[in-house]
Parts: sequence; C-alpha cells; structure tokens
Amino acid sequence: MSLQITDLKIYYQTLRGEVQALESTTFSMADGEIMGLAGESGCGKTTLGHSLIYMKPPMKYMGGQVLLDGEELPIWDMDRMNEFRFKKISIIPQYAMNAMNPTRKIGKMISELLGSRGVDFKAILPELERRLGLVKLSTSVLDMYPIELSGGMKQRMVMVLSTLLNPSLLIADEITSALDVASQKAVAEMLVEFRNQGYCKSAIVITHDISILYQIADSILIMYAGQLAEKASTETIIHAPRHPYTKLLISSLPEIGIKSTEKRLTGIPGNPPLLLNPPVGCRFRERCPVAFEKCTEAPPFIEVEPGHHIACWKEGETNA
Amino acid sequence: MLSLDRVTKVYRVGTFGGKELRAVNEVSFDIKEGEVTSLIGESGSGKSTIGKMILHLISISSGAIKFKGKDVSHLSGDALKEYYRNVQGVFQDPFSSYNPIFKADRVFTNVREEFFPDMQDAAWRDKVNSAIESVGMNPEHVLNKYPHQLSGGQLQRFLIARALLLDIHFLVADEIISMLDASTRIDVLNLLADLKLRGLAILFITHDLSLAHYISENAVILYRGCVAEMGATEKIFSHPIHPYTKMLMASVPRLDEKWKTGTTELTSKEIGTPEGCPYFDRCPVADKALGCDRFRPTLQELEPNHFVACYRYEKNG
Ligand SMILES: Nc1ncnc2c1ncn2[C@@H]1O[C@H](COP(=O)(O)OP(=O)(O)OP(=O)(O)O)[C@@H](O)[C@H]1O
Ligand SMILES: Nc1ncnc2c1ncn2[C@@H]1O[C@H](COP(=O)(O)OP(=O)(O)OP(=O)(O)O)[C@@H](O)[C@H]1O
Ligand code: SF4
Ligand SMILES: [Mg+2]
Ligand SMILES: [Mg+2]
Repeated sequence: MSLQITDLKIYYQTLRGEVQALESTTFSMADGEIMGLAGESGCGKTTLGHSLIYMKPPMKYMGGQVLLDGEELPIWDMDRMNEFRFKKISIIPQYAMNAMNPTRKIGKMISELLGSRGVDFKAILPELERRLGLVKLSTSVLDMYPIELSGGMKQRMVMVLSTLLNPSLLIADEITSALDVASQKAVAEMLVEFRNQGYCKSAIVITHDISILYQIADSILIMYAGQLAEKASTETIIHAPRHPYTKLLISSLPEIGIKSTEKRLTGIPGNPPLLLNPPVGCRFRERCPVAFEKCTEAPPFIEVEPGHHIACWKEGETNA
Repeated sequence: MLSLDRVTKVYRVGTFGGKELRAVNEVSFDIKEGEVTSLIGESGSGKSTIGKMILHLISISSGAIKFKGKDVSHLSGDALKEYYRNVQGVFQDPFSSYNPIFKADRVFTNVREEFFPDMQDAAWRDKVNSAIESVGMNPEHVLNKYPHQLSGGQLQRFLIARALLLDIHFLVADEIISMLDASTRIDVLNLLADLKLRGLAILFITHDLSLAHYISENAVILYRGCVAEMGATEKIFSHPIHPYTKMLMASVPRLDEKWKTGTTELTSKEIGTPEGCPYFDRCPVADKALGCDRFRPTLQELEPNHFVACYRYEKNG
C-alpha cells in the first residue's frame, strides 16, 4: 500500500462555524496506482489534496491517520511536514501555472525552490536537464521567463520540477484544465510515463475532465459534498457505476457529436448541501432519485466487490 | 450582430519593447443574433486577446470591430458604458476578478452602482438571487462570503450570474466551464442555450471540443493568432481539413476509445520563416514546394461556410 488514509477529517474554521469539508475519509492506494479524483465543484477535492501536505489555517485537522509507505505523516504539523514535502509527497496546486513569478527566470526560480528545501541545484542539474529532455523541453527554458512558455510547456515544466526528487506520491490538482486537447493529451501521457519510470510511485489526479481520467487513471474516486461516494477501477466507474451520484455524473458527460438542439443532456437537479451544518446522513439524499428512510443515517464506505467501494444504503444493501 | 474585420493585436515584448509579438493576426468573423461561435486553439494562440479586444479591455492594433453595424473599435465615455450594457464578458481565471479583502458579492454591488442606481433594495436582492439560482447555486450558500471561502467553480458561476444581471445581447465566455464539474457544465451550457434562444449571441472560448460541438453553430480554430479553419461546427467536426484541426480531433479524450499514441507533435522539426504558414514547423504534411515555409496561406471557402487556410487543400491545388 503506498497510501493509506483512515478516518481523515478536515474542517475549515470560519466566523460562522466549521465548514465540514472532509468527513471521516478512509481509502487506500496501491503502489503504482494513478487514482483520479472527481466530483462536483466545492466537494472537497482540493481540501483532501492540500490536507496531505499543507495544513494551513483556517484548515483544521479534526482527526484521522495518513500512512505513506507505512510511515505516518504528521500532517497536522506544518514544520514536521517539511521533511516529507516535495521529497516524499509533492503537489502541483490548482493554478500553479499562473502562480509562477513573472519577473524571475525559470532556472532561477527552480534553484531558489530547491535551495529552500536543502537540495543542491548544481548537483541535480544534470538530472533536471535529462528529464526536461524527456518532456521535450530544451534546457534553454531555464533561461526564459514564464511568459515565454506556452501553457502546455509550463505545465510540463511544473511536472518535471514537482517529481524531481522521485516522491512516493504526486498530487496533481487540475493540471490539464487550462490546456487545449493536444497539450492535455501530452501532459496526461507524461504523467503515466513518469509513473512508469518511477519518478513518482503513485499519483492522485484531480480533475473535472473525467474523459481524461478514462484515458490514464487506474482507478477513480468520486466525492460528494465532503464524503466519499464511490471508488473502483476506471472501467467500472465509467461503464458500471453503482452510486446514484456517480451514475448521474457519468450520464451528464457529453460524447463528441451531440448537439444541444438535438439531444439535451441533463445535469443533476438541485444543489449540494451547505457544508457549514450539513444534513446528517448521506449528503446526497436530497437530490438522490432512490433515497429512502435509512439514508438519514450516514452510509458506510464498504467494499461491495474486490476493489469496488461505495457509500450508499440502497446499493450496499443488495450486497449485504 | 458582432463582426471582426482583420482584427490584429501586436504586443511589444522583450527588453525595451524591441520585439513584436503578433498575438492576433488579421482575424475576421461574424457572429449573428442567437448564435454561438466557439473559439478553439492552444494556450497562447490569442483567444483571450480577441475576447479582451471585443470587450475593450485592450486596444486594437489594426482592423475594426463592429457591433450592430456600428464601428465600436474606439468607444469611450457614455458610448462605452452603453456598449457594456449590451456586451459583457466572463473570464477564465475567476480568482483574478475578486479582491480578497472584500466579500465576493461585491462584484454584484458594482453592477448595481454602475447600471441600476435607482433600484430598491428588495427588488435588487430578488434580481441577484434569481441570477445566482439560474447558474445552479443556492444564494444562501454563497452570498456574504469572502473569495477564499468559495471553491473555484462557485466563484466562476458568480461571474456568470453577474453578466446575467444586465439584459445583454452579446457575451464573451472565456473558458468559463473548465473549472466546473460535468453536471454543472451541462447546467451552465443549457443556460447558455436558453439565452441563445432569446437572441443572445455568444463567443464561447473553450478547449473542450465535445462541449463546443454541443453548444455552437460555428467554430473558429485559431493557431498562433491566425485562423486555421472556420465555419459550421458540423462541417469542421465531421470532416476537419486543416492538419492542425485534424490533430486536435485525434487528441479529444473520448469515453468509447483510448488515445492512439504518437499523434501529438510537440517539437518542431524545421523552422520556417516568419512570413510562412504559422503551422509549418509542426505540420506533418508541409511541403516547401507549395510555399508553406515562405508564404502564409489565406482562408479559402472550400464548401459553403467552411474555410481553410492550408496550401495542401486549396481548390485546384
Ligand atoms: N478557506 C476556507 N474557508 C472556508 N471554507 C472553505 C475554505 N476553502 C474551501 N472552503 C469550502 O470547502 C469546500 C471544499 O472546497 P474545495 O476547494 O476543496 O473544493 P473542490 O472540490 O476542490 O472544488 P473545485 O472543483 O471547484 O476546485 C467548499 O464548499 C468551499 O466553499
Ligand atoms: N500584456 C501582454 N504583453 C505581451 N504579450 C502578451 C500580453 N498578453 C498576452 N500576451 C501574449 O499574447 C499571446 C496570446 O495570449 P492569449 O492570452 O490571448 O492566449 P489564449 O489563447 O487566451 O491562451 P490560454 O488558452 O492560455 O488562455 C501569448 O503569446 C501571450 O503570451
Ligand atoms: S499550409 Fe502547409 S504548413 Fe500550413 S498547415 Fe498546410 S500543409 Fe501544413
Ligand atoms: Mg479544487
Ligand atoms: Mg486565454
């Protein structure tokens, strides 16, 4: 098991109370697994990713355990996490591309970043250059400013940088969402190649583009309103989902060739609940077409078939 | 309703602004009432620059933009305010539209001060609430919050709701759905489809080809500031002609088949001249004998409402 999360619970402290962004979350990832993470916007994907590496207020650790390669991560302690950050667990944040300092040359930025982590830039430069070559970037990019690179080039750059020390886990938050389809394909395929080469042992890929996950992910985890809904192999999530939310989400994906004037796709009626004081029980209850009385209790996330977990009373019941 | 006539944007770049970057190069197209035109192209191809010129956020270097027959390339003062009553935009990175020290709702208040100074509080609240509901959010959940307390998708929909507060005729939608999940994307697209039926014209900038096909009548494929191919979405998607468009179509992630490897060319094989075809260095079928490296191909109408700029596919050639 490369990653094992047990009962992880993360809230945000606000003036009006606690935002229950991640409710007791338990799941694991195998060595080498590329796991897609998808779900409605605001459901807690970024929260989950960030909590494993930068637990900064108002984010609040409420409990739970995270094991990476069998070793417990002190995620609640920003200082102690320094030892793991970037070396064993690395993140490409949502909007990393835009966050690059426009007045600093890329090489300079990298050397500062590595320096702050106690890594000798000179010593690692040959490996950096070799990996840039692998993603078809010439070493001259180190002498350029971020504005001189296209979005796809920047994203490949960020990928090389974040995996330079061969972390065990890479968390990629929306790394393809600003790119055109050709660059998306290139970046996504590189991620798989990096995993194959062992530059990262496993990866969590957060995205709304489920069709990209279909291309590259081994498994997909679907979240809804701060709770896990379903985790299974990519094939199963796309072709045989069982959680009512996953089913509706997958059915709202457009295949190329559909027109709004001919066939109108439907979203999911209703809104997700407010995470400040969320309803008890299954948080999908109000929008769920098959909800019944029992759903006022929180459904456990249970394994219904090997490698297939769901949190749903209706679906779980048929297997209990 | 809106037409671009050889619109060009040149940026001065480099130390002392000594170099020129042609971000948009003589782009012309029309968008009619009740029509959606998708603008598709890679990052840096000039999509947002076109949107910003339409919205008067940056100046035009040459060419003209007409709205309802009137040249609007150089508006100012009251005429510009009147233009903004009709034409609004929503941009890709929602975070940059908010000031972190103010509540996110401030984007609505600004519209009220500018355009509805006489409206009563209650009427205004109803108007805001219904705009928020129409983009699939519960006002109670999202009002009265600071930007960092909302997710990317929530902030993005706020901006769409803001544009809807005005009874606009033209909307520039720059990558407004890339931050949304699949079901919310469909809700927003269906909302656009409804507005379109009421006559709204939309420039829909996107990288998602399936969604472009779902929503738009016409499509413009942009490459390094030049139009490579444009015309009826139907035609471009069912038989793409330009080598760049073909490569894009092959890269679309699908749910019924996996990607073929080796179809994306990332590096240039041979550098052309600045006067040549912008796609020359990545083009798999480029031919110097046709002049690809030295002359820029112009758009040719190969069939009704289907234009392509490529020497390979010129008529009689
Ligand atoms: N600093 C914060 N303070 C209070 N609430 C927050 C804060 N950051 C996030 N939230 C709330 O926590 C929830 C989860 O947010 P998160 O950013 O993890 O969502 P997400 O799934 O990544 O969404 P998206 O797909 O839009 O990026 C949201 O409801 C959001 O409003
Ligand atoms: N203020 C500026 N000064 C100099 N160059 C600029 C400026 N703004 C944009 N550019 C350049 O103009 C080109 C077109 O940029 P634009 O933002 O229009 O691209 P885009 O197609 O919207 O890309 P993306 O998909 O990444 O949003 C890029 O090469 C960009 O670097
Ligand atoms: S004109 Fe030539 S270089 Fe340009 S796309 Fe066509 S074949 Fe390729
Ligand atoms: Mg997020
Ligand atoms: Mg843009």
